[in-house]
Amino acid sequence: MPEPAPTQPPGTSPDTAARQRWMAVLARAGLAELRARLEDAPPLPPHTRLRGPETGLVMLRGRAGGDGAAFNLSEMTVTRCSVRLEDGPAGQAHLGHAYVAGRDRAQAELAAVLDAALLDPARRPALLAAVIEPLARAQASAAEAEARKAAATRVQFFTMATMR
Amino acid sequence: MMQPGFHDPVLDAQSGFRAVLEAMSRPGRVQALPPGLTPPAPLQPATAAVLLTLADAETPVFSDAGTAAAEWLRFHAGCPLVASPAAATFLCVTGTPPALEEIDLGTDEAPQDGATLVLQVAALREGGALRLSGPGIEREHRLHVEGLPEGFLAARAALAPLYPRGMDVILCAGTRIAALPRTTHVMEG
Repeated sequence: MPEPAPTQPPGTSPDTAARQRWMAVLARAGLAELRARLEDAPPLPPHTRLRGPETGLVMLRGRAGGDGAAFNLSEMTVTRCSVRLEDGPAGQAHLGHAYVAGRDRAQAELAAVLDAALLDPARRPALLAAVIEPLARAQASAAEAEARKAAATRVQFFTMATMR
Repeated sequence: MMQPGFHDPVLDAQSGFRAVLEAMSRPGRVQALPPGLTPPAPLQPATAAVLLTLADAETPVFSDAGTAAAEWLRFHAGCPLVASPAAATFLCVTGTPPALEEIDLGTDEAPQDGATLVLQVAALREGGALRLSGPGIEREHRLHVEGLPEGFLAARAALAPLYPRGMDVILCAGTRIAALPRTTHVMEG
């Protein structure tokens, strides 16, 4: 049996990499940040919940050194939600999905609605400019600040290396 | 267009399981499932609720209900969909069932592996032309089934000598279900 397309029919789907990027940004943004960004954005369309929001556990797997045997690292709490926008053309309603860390059901639902709205070419530019780009910039600078703080306390084992 | 699944996955699946359990324990007694499910056509609420209750990632499902229904089942139940009836644990049939010899009937060592046929029919009510007897029935239950495929009862009766191997049937219509476990003897008239 052919694999049914989970989201959009071919031809209308946006670039997968672009979608992965905005889904990653949405998953890392907290509810308060999302709400603050949405104040400058056009209002979101009505939606129907298809699944969830529901909280469960996801097993994280790791590999020692990046190429060892896979092992189960730990479980993490994840909340997921899938929604359908109500104003799409019949049979082609946009479906949005979100998986976010933690138990914030409102965050998962809002992220899913934003994902679905971003699939709509008419809404995408405004939402990208008002929500995704500012959040991506804030997340990048937070990650950079963290990396700088960590780099300042880095210990270099030059001595041991040269004694060998 | 993708439709929502159970409103409350835990409680709705529990009510669905209770209804299937009652139906299997009392063959031919009609059980009502809670309404509210809006599956894609041609699935009716009872058929969809039984599959959402029973099917999961470990139970391959064969479906003849079309792409929209298959996509819906895959999304909400998370079940693998198979093209061959022989590989399926649950068969969701809205039209003519596949030849019953093709269906997995389990083995003598593990008869519980036999497939379950979820058969959607036009209407279902107690009291009628079918006379049911066997385990779970004190004397006789009567069942009226509209839209049962031609020759289905004869094909099902032909599997009886294979017991304990066999196939269980859940009949679904609207929001009502009734079961015909493999031990139930069905006579017409």
